[in-house]
Amino acid sequence: MAVLEVRGLTKHFEVRPGFLSRLVGEGRARTIKAVEDVSFAIAEGEIVGLAGESGCGKSTVCLLITRLLEPTAGDIVFNGTSVSTLHGDALKTFRASVQIIFQDPYESLNPRFSVFDLIAEGPRALGLWDAKETEERVLAMLAGVGLPPAEYRARYPHEMSGGERQRVGIAGALVMEPQLVVADEPLSMLDVSIRADILDLLRDLSQRLGFSCLYVSHDLSILSNIADRLMVMYLGMVAEIGPIADVITHPRHPYATALVEAVPAPDPRYRRPVPKILGDITRPIDPPPGCRFAGRCPHAIDICRIDPLPGLVAVGKDHFAACRRLGELE
Amino acid sequence: MNALIALRRGVLNQIAIIRQSPLGTVGALIVLFFVIVAILAPFLAPHGAWTTLKDASGRIATLQPPSAEFWLGTTFLGRDLLSQMMWAARTTIFIGLVSGLISIVIGANVGLFSGYYGGRIDEVLMRFTDIVYGMPFLPFIIVLIALFGRSQSFVILAIVLIVWRTSARVVRAQTLALKQRQFVLAARARGCSDLRIIYRHIMPNILPLLLLYTAFNIAWSIIAEAGAAFLGFGDPEHLSWGGMLYELWISGQIRTAWWWFAFPSVAIISLVSALVFISRAYEEVANPRLRQR
Amino acid sequence: MLLELDNLCVSYATRAGPVHAVEGVKLDVGENEVLGLAGESGCGKTTLIRSLLRLLPKGAGVSADRLAWKGHDLAPLSDRDFRRRIMWNEISLVPQSAQASLNPVYRVGDQIIEAIEEHADMTPAAAKARVAELFDLVGLEPGLISAYPHEFSGGMRQRAMIAMALVLDPALVIMDEPTTGLDVLVQERIIRKVRELREISGNSILLITHDISVIAEMSDRIAIMYGGQIMEVAAAIDMFEEPVHPYTLGLKNAFPSIKQIGKPLISIPGSPPSLLGGVAGCPFAPRCPFAVERCRSERPVLKEIAPGHTAACHRSGEAEFMRARASEKQTWQFSKSAA
Repeated sequence: MAVLEVRGLTKHFEVRPGFLSRLVGEGRARTIKAVEDVSFAIAEGEIVGLAGESGCGKSTVCLLITRLLEPTAGDIVFNGTSVSTLHGDALKTFRASVQIIFQDPYESLNPRFSVFDLIAEGPRALGLWDAKETEERVLAMLAGVGLPPAEYRARYPHEMSGGERQRVGIAGALVMEPQLVVADEPLSMLDVSIRADILDLLRDLSQRLGFSCLYVSHDLSILSNIADRLMVMYLGMVAEIGPIADVITHPRHPYATALVEAVPAPDPRYRRPVPKILGDITRPIDPPPGCRFAGRCPHAIDICRIDPLPGLVAVGKDHFAACRRLGELE
Repeated sequence: MNALIALRRGVLNQIAIIRQSPLGTVGALIVLFFVIVAILAPFLAPHGAWTTLKDASGRIATLQPPSAEFWLGTTFLGRDLLSQMMWAARTTIFIGLVSGLISIVIGANVGLFSGYYGGRIDEVLMRFTDIVYGMPFLPFIIVLIALFGRSQSFVILAIVLIVWRTSARVVRAQTLALKQRQFVLAARARGCSDLRIIYRHIMPNILPLLLLYTAFNIAWSIIAEAGAAFLGFGDPEHLSWGGMLYELWISGQIRTAWWWFAFPSVAIISLVSALVFISRAYEEVANPRLRQR
Repeated sequence: MLLELDNLCVSYATRAGPVHAVEGVKLDVGENEVLGLAGESGCGKTTLIRSLLRLLPKGAGVSADRLAWKGHDLAPLSDRDFRRRIMWNEISLVPQSAQASLNPVYRVGDQIIEAIEEHADMTPAAAKARVAELFDLVGLEPGLISAYPHEFSGGMRQRAMIAMALVLDPALVIMDEPTTGLDVLVQERIIRKVRELREISGNSILLITHDISVIAEMSDRIAIMYGGQIMEVAAAIDMFEEPVHPYTLGLKNAFPSIKQIGKPLISIPGSPPSLLGGVAGCPFAPRCPFAVERCRSERPVLKEIAPGHTAACHRSGEAEFMRARASEKQTWQFSKSAA
């Protein structure tokens, strides 16, 4: 059974302009349709990569799945139970089972907490274990992320490097042995030469502790290294989803194709092909009807702009793309 | 046990912070001096506060300037000023401390809850704060005293009412800023309840600000108390430095008995300034840009 | 040869002592070439360009054996002369954070015109025309000249900064992390635009970045910086195909590539050195799997290994051996300390 199943997930933000704007006549309320009808599943032990540019909604999806934000519509089903109905003890169990690793190791740690307190905060807040067990597990986790416990337990964030802080963040998320971990660009603020270690750490821990992972990143190179499956989002919708090798070597959706082709390689002889897409990315405010990519798509035809969003269509084994013209484009 | 260790570390931290600022250190020493005098007053004061004294010739020692016998001089009714200063220190510091602490507790909580929850709670609390801002100190204390008589508790009540407001606004602003920080989101993700986030995560980060305003609040309370007592609204059972000035005023001797005027005034000014110096040390912590490189 | 630096040293005084941010840097930038300067945080690259452009805070000590522009020694120039004659006219900068460099309350076009007026004698009409010309070159609509910074997206802002840097047709443009923080499609567009612009104006670029892919794509020559010193300099292709310095070898291993799905990555253990009080010997020695006693006491200097290829390593003669060993994971697992 899938650990996480997301069906038709939608999140709209209402933007009501200020009083003066209303006075001047620009006062209509606008809607930011950050996430629109997103559906996907994560199997047990699977690492699903979520790629897309800024404004595509990937951070919003992270917040929705972890219930740090309430959806406007759609179902989030975790281990067979719908997430939005949870409260009380069931919500506590959910919190211990679904955790998140943040992007910024300089901002996601409370500067007043010692390393031990930072890692122990989750279990303490949820009242999971007694003091003795908390101590054992926290220290074990600290060692598990490669930080010698005796040396690090009493340190404060400002006394540690970015890499060390991120390890503490990972320890804090994993100490409760969650089943699903959402990793929101955990490497992007770290130096290049230490990223590999942290990536390896995540991979190892995922195998040892057996958790599934939704790994969000704009960097397809990193995703190609760690993810089993890849999901590409554009302006709130899922453009393509499938096994990583398939999506990267044979992308079917025009946006996914452009994204994959635009990834640079560390090779001076390699020149990226000019992407065949037009214009700049827009923001998902009051988007026009039809496919969100239609405005920039080199293959868009009238029906793409008018008809409602195309749903995900199978293009291979476990490989889906949301495009009306798939049959004609290959 | 853990709480005691944390407390000890907290206290040592504060001492270290204050010592870093020369002004703060001076302030702390002055405050310490007055507090010790206040605590040991029963042992240090040569006479009672209301004891009428006689001089060598057997007459009442009224309006004696400072001398070997009466270090700070005497009042119109022959009372030793030195002793009065010591006993009054107790009242002044007690009222200042209690009012200051109560007002910071109220102000901080109002600010924290207002800033964290926002929405209706914020609106209601801030509306309440605005109403209180409009209330004047003196008329309010006059009404209280007219209704309930002169007592220390009402002085404290009136002072708390005007002093808590500013700290509430400032704490609210800081809370609003901290609420957006990612470590607060991380705390929510880990399962922390709202209360836990407010007290365990946000409050420790505004501690320098809270301590700064505690010092300020105590300072303002002392000034308010001195003002109220000077105008005759103090508790007649408990003499304070402001009350001493009131007695001076009604005795009509304000132009002649310079010692009766000088010592209580200097004491009030020194104590309040000392508290402001201490708050300066915290300001440097709360705003690192003020620190000397 | 446009820019010649030899033995450039920059140090700051801090409360904890002197920090030697740049130590003995030797670097050249020729005409019509792109020199990529790669290095991670704390390697001194930002300090290096700040010292070149005289943007360092007071109290920073700069010394060099040679600091020359087009053959003329720059050191005797007063700050005012430098700002007036060299800055923006000969050397310009596309700074790291475009947000921080644009004043939000003035229109973008006005800010560029102001820069022109400060550094050159142009009539207002000529300046306006030049701005319009450059906006067209970088692919921004002319209407954006009178727009405010907040109306620009990240990529557009960056292009505006590039336009501003090119406005007086300088011989050298220094770009500090021009694509960091931008989406990959936007990045590709900017890099393509910069290449097109170079074909028209033929200026040189000193490109500072930690992104190895971007450096590979844009540079003719590459210099690797670490701990305030230059570790290796070579033509781009040589640097990637036959790197010599252990740090370069380590960086190659650490980079994932979409062309090699699932390639195992190897980190360099440890973290960059603190530059407080200077470093004895080679700054990379603590993290180097090939370090010997000499590396910790004697600082290596840049030596020529092959034509146009220099490296600062005592063991540069054993490059083939080091290259072979560097691709094995165990080589890098000698240190227990985490990064």
